[in-house]
Amino acid sequence: MSRKLSEEEYKKTLSYRVEQWFAGQRDPYLEHLRMKPQAERTPEPEREEALREEKKERLDKVYRISDNRPVKLFEKLYRIFCIAFCFFLVAMLLIAVSFLPSYGEDEKPVNNEVSRRYIEKGLQETGAVNIVTGMILDYRAFDTLGESHVLFAATCTVLILLRHDKKKGERDTEEESDRVYEPKNDVILQMVTKVLVPPIILFGIYVILCGHLGPGGGFSGGAVIGAGLILYLNAFGFAKTEKFFSEKTYKVLSVSALGCYCLAKSYSFYTGANHIESVIPLGTPGAILSSGLILVLNICVGIVVAGTMYTFYVMFRKGGY
Amino acid sequence: MSFVQNFPFFSILLSLFAGPLSSVLSGKAAKALNAAVITIAGILSAATLVFVLGTGESYVYTMGHFPAPWGNEIRVGVLEAGMAVFFCIVMLLCMMGGAAERLLEIEEGKQNLYYVMVNLLLCSLLALIYTKDLFTAYVFVEINTISACGLIMIRQTGRTIEAAVRYMIMSLLGSGLLLLGIVFLYDLTGQLLMDHIKIQVQLLSVTGEYHIPLLIAISFMAVGLAIKSALFPFHAWLPDAYGYSTLSSAAILSSLVSKGYIFLLIKIFYQVIGFDLIVRSKVINVLFVFGVAGMLFGSVSAIREKDIRRMIAFSSVAQIGYIYMGFGLGTTAGMIASIFHILSHGATKSLLFVAASGLTDVSDKRRSIRRLTGAGYRNRLAGVTFTVGALSMVGFPMFSGFISKILFAQAAMENDGKMLVTVVALAVSTILNAMYFLKTVIRIYTPLPADGGEEEAEGNTVLRMRDCPAKSLAMICFIALNLFLGLSSEPIVDLIRKGLDMFA
Repeated sequence: MSRKLSEEEYKKTLSYRVEQWFAGQRDPYLEHLRMKPQAERTPEPEREEALREEKKERLDKVYRISDNRPVKLFEKLYRIFCIAFCFFLVAMLLIAVSFLPSYGEDEKPVNNEVSRRYIEKGLQETGAVNIVTGMILDYRAFDTLGESHVLFAATCTVLILLRHDKKKGERDTEEESDRVYEPKNDVILQMVTKVLVPPIILFGIYVILCGHLGPGGGFSGGAVIGAGLILYLNAFGFAKTEKFFSEKTYKVLSVSALGCYCLAKSYSFYTGANHIESVIPLGTPGAILSSGLILVLNICVGIVVAGTMYTFYVMFRKGGY
Repeated sequence: MSFVQNFPFFSILLSLFAGPLSSVLSGKAAKALNAAVITIAGILSAATLVFVLGTGESYVYTMGHFPAPWGNEIRVGVLEAGMAVFFCIVMLLCMMGGAAERLLEIEEGKQNLYYVMVNLLLCSLLALIYTKDLFTAYVFVEINTISACGLIMIRQTGRTIEAAVRYMIMSLLGSGLLLLGIVFLYDLTGQLLMDHIKIQVQLLSVTGEYHIPLLIAISFMAVGLAIKSALFPFHAWLPDAYGYSTLSSAAILSSLVSKGYIFLLIKIFYQVIGFDLIVRSKVINVLFVFGVAGMLFGSVSAIREKDIRRMIAFSSVAQIGYIYMGFGLGTTAGMIASIFHILSHGATKSLLFVAASGLTDVSDKRRSIRRLTGAGYRNRLAGVTFTVGALSMVGFPMFSGFISKILFAQAAMENDGKMLVTVVALAVSTILNAMYFLKTVIRIYTPLPADGGEEEAEGNTVLRMRDCPAKSLAMICFIALNLFLGLSSEPIVDLIRKGLDMFA
């Protein structure tokens, strides 16, 4: 039995709105989106001239260019030397490459007992189906330990450079939080984010957890999770993200991840060097709980990478979480 | 396996973990942790040194369950352990001497980040010293570069940011060249472990195969590390980075970071390529020319400088030139002289930075040399310390600089082709050193004129030892270290010789 709606009631339904939108009479975007249009840029020749003068003066003050002939000469020669240096480097590299063993040759020095053992015995010795993961997290774990600390050091350097320490009682102004020229509460973006972010983060977790079973691992999975967090931040703004991800969260997470990594690897380095049998079972290859410590290490690396990506983003955008 | 043999690994892991841990601590706790970590690492390295001296041979420590070409390994000998002890001592003294400046110059919320950087830097230096794997070396070179950048720019003024950017660009160029060199070597030999590469490289040199890419790989690695350790034509980043960063950063950067890279270069010479092959490849002649040029031009720039910190920074260029000149001689004696100069310069340059800051403290924080008139009377200990450092740099007997100069001269006598150039360069460079260092010493012991000196005396204060206990203690320890290196050079040179024998 069909129901007949009155004109007014029909106007409230979804299908009417869709019809209107389809006919081009109504834009759902218009009233729900607040966006401050960027002011038209008017050329101000005097001000620009003044700025240029000021810059010149400042440079002059620092380098004393006007009474510093070597600097003047240096500026002139600089470009020439730059170009010459680039060409020199390119030529050197091309010459070197042309003498290297050719690609794909069977007799290459790289095809030696090192890579052969990785390929033939990797699964048996590390328990990881993905031999790349087995290599970076078991055979050459010391390098990867260093590499994850490189990420941490880089984040700390960015914190030193960009973190804006608020004085007590000082609130973010709109300008500082860098949200003036951005769409606020963009419905489309928020809807898409709501749909997309959970699968993105789930996928990231999957990539991390299955790093020892197939392509993936901590670095790639962490990058996926970091990207998901950045998308969420873009859609919902800082007010929502800082509820669950502050600087403290980042630090605690990365310290515990790196500490866990250090401890786990210390154990395996110590037992390895002192010829003590490690008690960690390798498990059945192919099972999710297998390959010894690799799963744990992958999770640690994933946490560090995700945190690093997110921290870089917020630091470059606002200078604080 | 003796338990002591684990100590290098413990010291690396301890300083590595102390880095992230400092980031959740408060500034004060992080400072205490940092001092403890440096001390413990020093003690562990000293125990290792005693152990290695006892057994008389180096040993290899497997990092993990997999042996030589498959897993990572570190290698510990007399030279490595001795260098680690020295680095820890100097770093502890630098941190002690610059503690007051750090409190003033670093924002309160970022104090702990400084210690994160220092801990990671210590870890990377230890790893660079001990590693037996070229790629591991590269990873820790990265940590070293990034944390050094952090140390420069944590005092946030325009000039330090600029200096950090410059340092970053030059240093990354150096890392890139080093990485390219490693990649070439890997492609030619299929190995990343140092002594395995060496076997392959020796084979290649006998057959004459891949001669050109091998040469290019060697030169890329040498030039990359030369850029990172500020050899003469690549030193543009140095004066600002050392001159404007906070005191302990400047001292650590000049006396440790550049030395870490130089030590890696020595490792590459001896353990990756083989010293005889390096000598035959003529790459060292390039290093020799740049080294000699650096000895002269660095000093000339220092003479023209009016800012005391920048003057000391430029003097580093000259001293790094000495070290590379020693490499360039291509003899073991030259190498021993260079390694001794690494120690001597590391001890003296940080001493000079700390003493110079003691002098500027009593001169209203102004750093122009004119303003330091009479500063030696206002802060007596800093005056004495600066004089010791200056005399050591000039090569006055009793101090460490004298020994390294005499070792360089002796090494030059063994080398026919380069003897004249080396000896003349040493003489000229010594005179140039004397020109700017003794000028400053005379300046700080010239009393202020009784009349008309008001303008220059403005803001001058008097500091006694008890006013700045940490810095005074650091200065006294530095003087002691310098005298120790200068007076007991014989056993140290023996130690270096023994270490080099074990090294190859």
